[in-house]
Amino acid sequence: MRELLVGNLTWESLPHEWSTIGGTLTFILLGIFAVIVITRMKRWKWLWNDWLTSVDPKKIGIMYFIVATFMLLRGGLDVIMIWLQQSLSAGTSHGFLSADHFQQIFTAHGNIMVFFVAMGFIFGLINFIVPLQIGARDLASPFLNTLGFWLYVAGVIMVNTFFLFGGKYAATGWLGIAPLSGTQFSPGVGVDYMIWALQISGIGTTLGAINFIVTILKMRAPGMKLRMMPLFTWGSLCSMVMAVTVFPLLTATLFLLFFDRYIGTHFFTTTLGGNAMMYTNLIWMWGHPEVYILMLPAFGIFSEVVSTYSRKSIASYWSAVFGMIGVSFFALSVWLHHFFTMGAGGDVNAFFGLMTMVIAIPTSVLVFNWIATMYRGRIKFSTPMLWFLGFVGTFAIGGMTGVMLAQPPADFQLHNSLFLVAHFHTMVIGGVIWGIFAGISYWFPKMTGFRLNERIGRYAFWCWLVGFWMAFGPLYVLGLMGATRRLDHYDNLNWQPFFVVALFGGILIAIAVGLQLVQIAASFIQKRQLADNTGDPWDGRSLEWSTPSPAPFYNFVNIPKVTSRDAFLQMKNQGIPKPVYKDITMPKTISLGIYIAGLAFLLGFGFIWEITWLIVVSAIGIVVCIVLRTFDEETEYIISAAELEKMEKARTQKLLARLRHDDTYKDEDMGLREFYKSVLTWSQDFVKNKRWKTF
Amino acid sequence: MMKRKKMPSSGKSVRIIFLGLLSLAVLIVGLLHGKDLVLFNPKGQIAQNQAHLMLFSITVLVAVAIPTLSLMYFFAWKYRESNSKAKHDPNRTLGKLSVVGLWVIPIMVLILLASVVLPATYRLDPHKAIVSDTKPLTIQVIALRWKWLFIYPDQNIATVNYLQIPINTPVQFELTADEAPMNSFWIPHLGGQLYAMTGHSNLLNLIADTPGIYAGQAAEINGPGFSGMKFVARASSDKDFNTWVKTVKWSSNTLDLAEYNKLVLPSQNNPVTLYSAVKPSIYDTVLLKYEGAHNHQTEQK
Repeated sequence: MRELLVGNLTWESLPHEWSTIGGTLTFILLGIFAVIVITRMKRWKWLWNDWLTSVDPKKIGIMYFIVATFMLLRGGLDVIMIWLQQSLSAGTSHGFLSADHFQQIFTAHGNIMVFFVAMGFIFGLINFIVPLQIGARDLASPFLNTLGFWLYVAGVIMVNTFFLFGGKYAATGWLGIAPLSGTQFSPGVGVDYMIWALQISGIGTTLGAINFIVTILKMRAPGMKLRMMPLFTWGSLCSMVMAVTVFPLLTATLFLLFFDRYIGTHFFTTTLGGNAMMYTNLIWMWGHPEVYILMLPAFGIFSEVVSTYSRKSIASYWSAVFGMIGVSFFALSVWLHHFFTMGAGGDVNAFFGLMTMVIAIPTSVLVFNWIATMYRGRIKFSTPMLWFLGFVGTFAIGGMTGVMLAQPPADFQLHNSLFLVAHFHTMVIGGVIWGIFAGISYWFPKMTGFRLNERIGRYAFWCWLVGFWMAFGPLYVLGLMGATRRLDHYDNLNWQPFFVVALFGGILIAIAVGLQLVQIAASFIQKRQLADNTGDPWDGRSLEWSTPSPAPFYNFVNIPKVTSRDAFLQMKNQGIPKPVYKDITMPKTISLGIYIAGLAFLLGFGFIWEITWLIVVSAIGIVVCIVLRTFDEETEYIISAAELEKMEKARTQKLLARLRHDDTYKDEDMGLREFYKSVLTWSQDFVKNKRWKTF
Repeated sequence: MMKRKKMPSSGKSVRIIFLGLLSLAVLIVGLLHGKDLVLFNPKGQIAQNQAHLMLFSITVLVAVAIPTLSLMYFFAWKYRESNSKAKHDPNRTLGKLSVVGLWVIPIMVLILLASVVLPATYRLDPHKAIVSDTKPLTIQVIALRWKWLFIYPDQNIATVNYLQIPINTPVQFELTADEAPMNSFWIPHLGGQLYAMTGHSNLLNLIADTPGIYAGQAAEINGPGFSGMKFVARASSDKDFNTWVKTVKWSSNTLDLAEYNKLVLPSQNNPVTLYSAVKPSIYDTVLLKYEGAHNHQTEQK
């Protein structure tokens, strides 16, 4: 009876390692706290109507940022635990984590950072910026977009579910390499959690990518030819095309692994003709392009940043475009460099080694192009530009080590070593994460209506840069000393100092992340004097700057007509046309996305714990929801010209009122001391005047 | 607007301090740990060739990267906002010739690298036998959970987690695995790694030229016993090697199928074990246990 109801779920499977229980408590307490605050503030309705069911890509983008930030902290805590264990566990000491637990941590770290942090931020940026850059009001399919987002959230919850319902996470490395991930070597639910977390969010990614390709190809402002598209949109287009190409492959591979585990097939097992090498091939055919799916939008961001802050057009637009197209093309033919060491022989290795080195060509072209853009510019060192300068130096070193790893004979020595770990972190942190930070501080005014605090932003940047090299420099050295990755214990005491330095680097990075949170909080405190009243704080060049900050939910009063690249710059030079108020059609809110994602989560949960009734019910539920959606014909509503005019006037009134008060503010970004003081005053006031009662 | 006067100078000084610290760190590492940088202190021909290739590519890449990065940071400094003397050319884009240069420079560098790397890929293919006058020594390696079993078919001895080889003699490692996930067999001092997989005999050729004790390890994650799955590789003179073989012969353990079946059971941090005799066909039995077994060695012949 019990098995019928809850499958394999038992009391014994609940978490019992102390650090896992810590996670459990944190999640429960945060949840309770959020519920209390929202209930007291009577914000449930607002939350549901204005945010959760919203189809506005800008709101969805911000929700992506919030979820991804939480996951960044969660994945970051994993790193500190990994490095602490590696600093302690040398020689006769064995650290504070068991081997199995350590392996679960780095597996979760990899999954979370790639799928739920990097992908989350990238999708958030694409959601927010691409429609604005191409002069569209919304996306081709607002429904697919909210569905994609909620599937991503379902994946996020799935990856953390073991905190609440127990079992373990996978201990196989982030790709779940077979046959280690088969039931023979990984019994239990760990790998199943991983499969379903990636499966659900992966399907969301595929849907999102299709949506963005159609949006970029079909919904550009009148007159905007492909050759006039801003470079971030180009990078996003390349990235989304790659995602559509390879994400189905991930889905298929994970299904095969799932069949192996659930119904006992032998695709990747060691026995009965299973071929584990096939898994390695399939997963890397997705896995390598995945890195570039993250990288290409970041290239786009840096292109925008360097051009805007140098006050120059990009030096060679076509080189940048073909550089990005070239990267996405060649990225599909390099996957085998992840396992030269399988012993495929000279011909195969030589081909894939060569293709991998070829990718360095379009990438170098992009870098040279940015340098040429700075030539005879007028460079303003705002934080996005600092991220860019930090990125190029770091990325160059990552690229060089990448070319080394691309050479099969050298790779035999460097593969699976910490050198490799340091290399891909250089690329993903130095390239993707810093690109995301540059993008967020660049477009922050467009999202919130005020700029980010520059002063604390600079502190955060330097902590990140120094912390990064303190953390990963030693890993390069350790790799050259012959240290393999993923060691929970080692005998060679000469390695220990390097791990300790890496730990301190990690702590410095944690401080940097803390500073970034402070930076955002400080900007909220000072939002009146950081306000962006013009909608164009950086003297921007592309269409997103032509609309006020924060961008209204309909994006533009009039869809602009485009005649050239740097469309907004040209508008500014020729005079901005007066707004004409006309009726606008906008999509209605949709709650089905949440329901489908919730059911998908339950479906995965049912498969993980083998709860048959749950599988059946949620599968039927998903089908019913999709059918319901197809009958939903009234998906749009109209904002009349009069309403639009009223909203625009009200906004202008508010802006004028604010401008009258502006001169009372101090003219400087808040530093850490002022931040501390204002937080102290605020909390004193909060306690003294019992402010919680007024919520 | 914000005041930005302070910023560039403070940024620059931090950058200089940072670069100084970085180079100091590199120097300290170089001085103190030069010998520990195993990959650049090869003890055999294969590892040496691999190290040379790495050093060659580092040289080429640094030669490209330093001017590029210097140029970038120079531009960043020269065309800074506060330098009103520098020319500002907001509409300047690259001419056709410069665009060609943009693409040709990396292509040239790639051709240079590829012309060295591609031949090296064939020359240093791990399956390729090492040219030498000495008759090669064959060692069969079985990756188990979580220990390494080494069988010396010609000497009819076997060891667990301990490997001894004569110097200046090419060694052919035949790698497979049994009841274990994918493994990677790596002795960094002697050369690159190769995967050991069930039902698959992979061939790795290495050679040692200096006597010494070298660490060997499993390089691919394979379960909870992963970090304890390591072994000692000892390279010694021919004479020492022969003496060692004789000592092993004194061991009371022998490796027959019954003993092997015990060994296959998962265990962690195994001590070194020596076997004075081996049932001759164990490696082949293990290999053929798996359907569709694939033998690189026979394929090459």
